[in-house]
Amino acid sequence: MSLPSKNWRLRNQRYRLVGEICEKCGTPIFPPRDVCPECEAPAQTPYVFSGRGEVYSYSTVYHPPAGFEKYAPYTVALVRLEEGPMVTAQLTDVAPEEVHIGMPVEMVTRQLQEEGEEGVIAYGYKFRPRMG
Amino acid sequence: MESRLLRTDRPVGIIGYGAYIPRYRLPAAEVARIWTGGEGETPVTEKAVAGPDEDVVTISIEAARNALARAPHVDPALIRAVWVGSESHPYAVKPTSTILAEAIGATPYVQAGDWEFACKAGTEALQAAIGFVGSGMGRYALAVGADTAQGRPGDALEYTAASGGAAYIVGPAEEALAVVEGSLSYVTDTPDFWRRAYQRYPSHGGRFTGEPAYFKHITEAARALMEALGTSSADYDYAVFHQPNVKFPQTVARQLGFKPEQIGAGLLADRIGNTYAGSALVGLTAVLDQARPGQRILLVSFGSGAGSDALSLRTTEALLERQGRAPTTGDYVARRTVIDYGLYVRFRGKLLV
Ligand SMILES: [Zn+2]
Repeated sequence: MSLPSKNWRLRNQRYRLVGEICEKCGTPIFPPRDVCPECEAPAQTPYVFSGRGEVYSYSTVYHPPAGFEKYAPYTVALVRLEEGPMVTAQLTDVAPEEVHIGMPVEMVTRQLQEEGEEGVIAYGYKFRPRMG
Repeated sequence: MESRLLRTDRPVGIIGYGAYIPRYRLPAAEVARIWTGGEGETPVTEKAVAGPDEDVVTISIEAARNALARAPHVDPALIRAVWVGSESHPYAVKPTSTILAEAIGATPYVQAGDWEFACKAGTEALQAAIGFVGSGMGRYALAVGADTAQGRPGDALEYTAASGGAAYIVGPAEEALAVVEGSLSYVTDTPDFWRRAYQRYPSHGGRFTGEPAYFKHITEAARALMEALGTSSADYDYAVFHQPNVKFPQTVARQLGFKPEQIGAGLLADRIGNTYAGSALVGLTAVLDQARPGQRILLVSFGSGAGSDALSLRTTEALLERQGRAPTTGDYVARRTVIDYGLYVRFRGKLLV
């Protein structure tokens, strides 16, 4: 799928961290998958995550794939959201050597990828060290 | 005489406000090191620089989220206008405002548009939002001024051209943390600064930049507003002027009879540079962070080309409870990572390969 159409389809979850919540057992779900991973009940009620979480694990990318050169080196982390789900995302506003497991982070919406000088700019969630 | 004020049909105010300043700082001494061998005075100490994944869209989103955090009773779906003023919209064609509206959950029944007027595009959007709410077209409107300003390498503007922005939710006066007492605009055709289509960097008209542009428009707008409202400089607790450097706002304040203590809280240029469409509006967020209820604030922007928007605000009791609901302007100013000229060149895409 092309970058514009994929990003457009996923814009709610990418821009605002909108997932779902299971009405039956109360499990918050991200990314949205319309079925509760805990009790397998259908789950389609939108739920906006707080964006707060902590770094569960991470690794730094020095040789990025095409479209990400501008942001390298950057750290990709598995972030455990305070509501429970785990998400994979880039960290930002942080030097690779400052990152550590358990670091409190918060969601920000940033440029994810650029299709060159003429193409679209994809925006979405990243995480940065929590302020204050 | 017909009033020069821009009048609303009903009283309007600011419901929520929020700033955003990127983390990176380029010291002016670092620019001087590259271009003048470190000789000469610099117009600011350092400026805020957007990181490689930041632009006017991302700056606007964070400022707007902070403004919404300070207006917890406002459902984003009730915002009927999302307007972003900037001279560095990431796309030439494709609005910043639709991306912002989507990111805060204001879509789809919302007016969206990008505004342009050099450094006063943000206050222009704010004035339009005041009119929009004041006419009853919508209960809430969001106005943002933000820039990732670019100076030509080696140009005098490179010391100050900075990144940052501020967002304001405008709504009915009875919900406001600061009520709009009145506003007006003063505009002439003046060739002090411009950027033609497809050019990366702006040009400026030397002798036009000071006296006939900045000082003329700000003093005329401020005096006309105070005359129309029957106020004088002594009636204001705070004044915020567009701040392309430190000296200009200090000088224009003196010309208008304001004392240094009236402009101190909102004068951030020395530490963050000139955030263009964000400049006066970020100064105002810093003032709102520390103002008390019942205080009066004068805000006067300046945009090249040229014009000034002047607004008189009075804070309410609601301010105290909302100040602490989001990071303050000072929190962002204090969050700083110094970069050198080389990293700056890379971050801002000045190296063309
Ligand atoms: Zn369930």
